[in-house]
Amino acid sequence: MSACILRVFLQRAAVMRKAAQQTFSQTRMFPQCVTEINTHSRGINTFTSSLRAEEKVAIHFLNRDGKRISVKASIGDSLLDVVVNHDLDIDGFGACEGTLACSTCHLIFEEAVYKKLGPVSDEEMDMLDLAYGLTDTSRLGCQVCLRKELDGMILRVPDVISDARVDSEKESSTAPPKV
Amino acid sequence: MKRMTMINFMKGSVMKIHRLSRAYRCLSAEGGVRVFSSASGPRVCVVGGGPAGFYTAQQLLKARQDAIVDIYERLPVPFGLVRFGVAPDHPEVKNVINTFTQTAQHERCSFYGNVNVGKDVTIEELRRAYHAVVLSYGAEGNRSMKIPGEDLSGVFSAKDFVGWYNGLPSNKELCPDLSSETAVILGQGNVALDVARILLSPVDMLKETDITQNSLAVLAGSNVRRVLVVGRRGPLQIACTIKEVREMVNLPNTGADMLPSDFEGIAEALKDLPRPRKRLTELMMKAVKEGRDDKDQKCWGFRFFRSPVEVIAGADGRTATGIRLALNKLEGSGEGTRAVPTGQLEDLECGLIISSIGYKSFPIDPTVPFDPRRAIVPNAMGRVQDTTGLYCSGWVKRGPTGVIATTMNDSFDTARVLVQDMEAGEVDLSVNKPGAQAITALLRTRGVRTVLFPQWEKINAEEEKRGKSLGKPREKLLDVDEMLKIAWS
Ligand SMILES: Cc1cc2nc3c(=O)[nH]c(=O)nc-3n(C[C@H](O)[C@H](O)[C@H](O)COP(=O)(O)OP(=O)(O)OC[C@H]3O[C@@H](n4cnc5c(N)ncnc54)[C@H](O)[C@@H]3O)c2cc1C
Ligand SMILES: NC(=O)c1ccc[n+]([C@@H]2O[C@H](COP(=O)([O-])OP(=O)(O)OC[C@H]3O[C@@H](n4cnc5c(N)ncnc54)[C@H](OP(=O)(O)O)[C@@H]3O)[C@@H](O)[C@H]2O)c1
Ligand code: FES
Repeated sequence: MSACILRVFLQRAAVMRKAAQQTFSQTRMFPQCVTEINTHSRGINTFTSSLRAEEKVAIHFLNRDGKRISVKASIGDSLLDVVVNHDLDIDGFGACEGTLACSTCHLIFEEAVYKKLGPVSDEEMDMLDLAYGLTDTSRLGCQVCLRKELDGMILRVPDVISDARVDSEKESSTAPPKV
Repeated sequence: MKRMTMINFMKGSVMKIHRLSRAYRCLSAEGGVRVFSSASGPRVCVVGGGPAGFYTAQQLLKARQDAIVDIYERLPVPFGLVRFGVAPDHPEVKNVINTFTQTAQHERCSFYGNVNVGKDVTIEELRRAYHAVVLSYGAEGNRSMKIPGEDLSGVFSAKDFVGWYNGLPSNKELCPDLSSETAVILGQGNVALDVARILLSPVDMLKETDITQNSLAVLAGSNVRRVLVVGRRGPLQIACTIKEVREMVNLPNTGADMLPSDFEGIAEALKDLPRPRKRLTELMMKAVKEGRDDKDQKCWGFRFFRSPVEVIAGADGRTATGIRLALNKLEGSGEGTRAVPTGQLEDLECGLIISSIGYKSFPIDPTVPFDPRRAIVPNAMGRVQDTTGLYCSGWVKRGPTGVIATTMNDSFDTARVLVQDMEAGEVDLSVNKPGAQAITALLRTRGVRTVLFPQWEKINAEEEKRGKSLGKPREKLLDVDEMLKIAWS
């Protein structure tokens, strides 16, 4: 399948997710504001990426195995979109598909970048509180959308080894990323 | 109607599109794995088709490009507690089903439903047919309160109550009497809050979920107006998480009925708490402060420092009319904080009592080690004690706690350990194993017919069809025979 067709498919998926999230926000009382934030960002996503697909920012992921993955991603996409669209090999990332129900999209930001991301909703905080290796600069990737100012940012994928003994030789990677 | 069609659409094809690239990755990742001389590659059997089984299989298929993984499930339908545990008003949690479906449809994975391992086929037989067997059969029992009156009518385990509203075939006849105004739930974990929320949610909200029609009808006639969620320790030890408490706080027409005295001294302790516990405690304190509105027709509340000692029977000697609680004080600190009875007792009047103090695993087969105290299969990093080639993941490995993400991580760990053992020669891959071919033949001689994944998809389609006419994402089939009839049609 050509990258272009795949891209269209993925955009459709994003649109459908937006629709689905709106649906949920109607059938459920509580996370209104979350879905609003989220749907809003999805709106930007589909709009921007279809009209100005050339607008890209560089992002660097420090994966659990210590390897660095660098990608160019579209402005407006969420970090979950980035991981899925670029097929990044991060085990278990995005289990609930961006609906704020799992915290598997937890990422750790550099402090200066974290400050640029803006306020975190209560609902995102609630799910973040369940994330392994929570730090003061943690966010949920499905709730963070790419903007020009974020160009060049480095994100750390936190360790999720639930049994420390499996992998004790590997150093813990819950600290904020070092630039 | 239109809205629901949208959900169905999302749950099916579109999510698959979104996930497509990941499936490709499963097939194409290099992974740096050596291919062994054994002609057929390692054959692994997974027992249990819940999150632990599917996540273990997913990681095995990814890490070993030559592995063949077969999942055996007792019921004709897959997904374990994602289908029968997760609350119907949490559809987003069930999105994990899309990934499980991709795993089941992987060319090196097969799903065999309707196979009760331990009865239809023994673990020994599976071990002979496969290079390795992973036990992922979850926790199908529940802890008992061990108090007099637990068997009275009006007393249920949360496991059965949840199974009833979620369409678990063995609980379809439960039909709880909801004529009492007050319901008491014992235990303060997320399951307790799921039950409390289902009891207090407007039926108009529930009717658009995949809750079963028969439980919806019973809930529509419910008289329950007040739900008390009782814990043996204090607010700082509460087991549930903040998202679920926020949902209680946000329930329409429902106020908080708490005892401010339960929160004495808590404000002072706040500053030293880690962020998650601090935010959770602050939310509870806010609920205490806001209390109940005059307009609220219903209420919910936590009761702390109270352990159940006896269910009180009414005049007929058969029906519960209340619960006697022992008041506690706390001893110790941190994780080790214990509830110790003060000697004082308190009676609460209520006609519905739901015990939600935890699930419990059972031994599956006499040849498999089992730790009766912890009710788990004893293991080190997923390797079952003293048994080469036998592994475990999920609730049967860790005990019945943890969300799906916890189960996912521990299942990935087990799969990694198993792959390490294959590479280190601890699991002998030099001999060919017959795998499913031998087991399905054996099952046939015993008159056991399996349900394959495409046959489950027939059940799925029928459930979605029945749901559509009711404006719901699905209407679950409640009867195993009916499931089988549709699967094999
Ligand atoms: C009521 C409830 C609500 C929950 N809600 C949430 C939620 O909203 N979000 C969240 O993240 N987590 C939730 N959880 C936790 C989550 O469900 C568990 O972490 C997870 O399901 C555990 O997975 P498992 O595979 O170990 O067990 P299970 O899900 O129980 O799967 C075990 C499977 O094995 C099968 N099996 C059993 N015995 C045999 C046998 N002899 N032969 C063959 N197969 C067998 C069972 O039929 C079942 O399909 C909830 C749990 C409960 C109890
Ligand atoms: N929405 C969700 O994410 C969701 C929904 C449902 C379930 N789950 C997860 O599934 C897991 C299981 O949930 P759960 O609620 O069954 O278990 P849980 O979180 O372990 O809670 C069990 C509760 O029972 C109490 N308890 C245990 N033994 C008791 C006894 N003998 N007497 C009195 N009280 C007793 C515990 O109190 P103590 O603390 O004093 O032991 C605790 O309050 C949890 O990890 C939960 O998070 C998640
Ligand atoms: S993908 Fe589940 S919370 Fe972000």
